[in-house]
Amino acid sequence: MKIGILYSRIRRDEKLLLGELRDRGHDVEKLDVRTLQFGLHGVSAGGVDVGDCDVVLDRCLATSRSLYATKFLQHYGVPVVNAPETAETCANKVKNSLALDAADVPTPATEVAFTSDAALEIIERFGYPCVLKPVIGSWGRLMAKIDTRSAAEAVLEHKETLGHYEHKVFYVQEFVEKPGRDVRVLACDGEPVAAMTRTSDHWLTNAAKGGETAAFDLDEEATELVEKASAAVGGGLLGVDLMEVGGAGSGEYTVHEVNHTVEFKALDGCVDVDVPAAVVDWLELKADVAAEAAAV
Amino acid sequence: MTEADCPECGSTVALHDDLEIGEILDCGTCGAELEVVDVSPPVLERAPELQEDWGE
Ligand SMILES: [Zn+2]
Repeated sequence: MKIGILYSRIRRDEKLLLGELRDRGHDVEKLDVRTLQFGLHGVSAGGVDVGDCDVVLDRCLATSRSLYATKFLQHYGVPVVNAPETAETCANKVKNSLALDAADVPTPATEVAFTSDAALEIIERFGYPCVLKPVIGSWGRLMAKIDTRSAAEAVLEHKETLGHYEHKVFYVQEFVEKPGRDVRVLACDGEPVAAMTRTSDHWLTNAAKGGETAAFDLDEEATELVEKASAAVGGGLLGVDLMEVGGAGSGEYTVHEVNHTVEFKALDGCVDVDVPAAVVDWLELKADVAAEAAAV
Repeated sequence: MTEADCPECGSTVALHDDLEIGEILDCGTCGAELEVVDVSPPVLERAPELQEDWGE
């Protein structure tokens, strides 16, 4: 098969995928988004013919690049995962929350306002602590846990004064008490590949923030939530973030968010499952399904 | 094992054999983030800065 990888950086994750694809004898087309140029017609992107790719996997880090590049590929009729619709929903916390709620997936109480005064009213109503997040962004960057009214006033003023216009959308979320860890699940179209917990004394437990990772066995409840959360954002290769709201092992969860350009190197290091192999199995399946659909 | 010079500090960076164009590496001496721009022979450049939203 010919498999395209859309990227701007080859991290350990992409390297694991490239290795697995080549081991299986696939023809890999590396598509560096920084050099590509997309026209309205045809299937050539800056001299690279993408039309004969059986499937393209989007591994762009920057959301705007993901969104536009995958839109063009879709326009050319090239099968692409994740779909731009999925990226669009996952990249934006407001859209993410709305999609989860619409699908009846438990998610933390969230409210949005557009001025600091209105945001302060939400924060006072939620009580302390609560969490202020940028609507776009990742790795836990610029997330603030607000403990007091004076902290709220300071952070809101900073956001209003220094922030990009996206920071004038104030996304306030309840602070979820969790057992010092959260659960990250990697799933392919809602089917869990593997899961891990990330534990930290810090309230942000992201692996990127130095949380400790360990394999986690999904119970029935979590498996079902992953499937629903994945469907809610349009499916694809996703990272679903859950928290055990009833305590560790309670089987009671809330889904914080679904991530669309998911990193899995930390997961691959702490579970028995061969994660890149599972992802490539799924990519092959996507290519087969797309080929069958095209043949009809 | 091959090697290349760090464009930032000039020290030698040891490289794996399965080097990949576009791969991001850290210089062990100065800590700079480097991008592999060529593999034969290996050439490193300073990696582009993070922009807007990156990853999960
Ligand atoms: Zn250096």
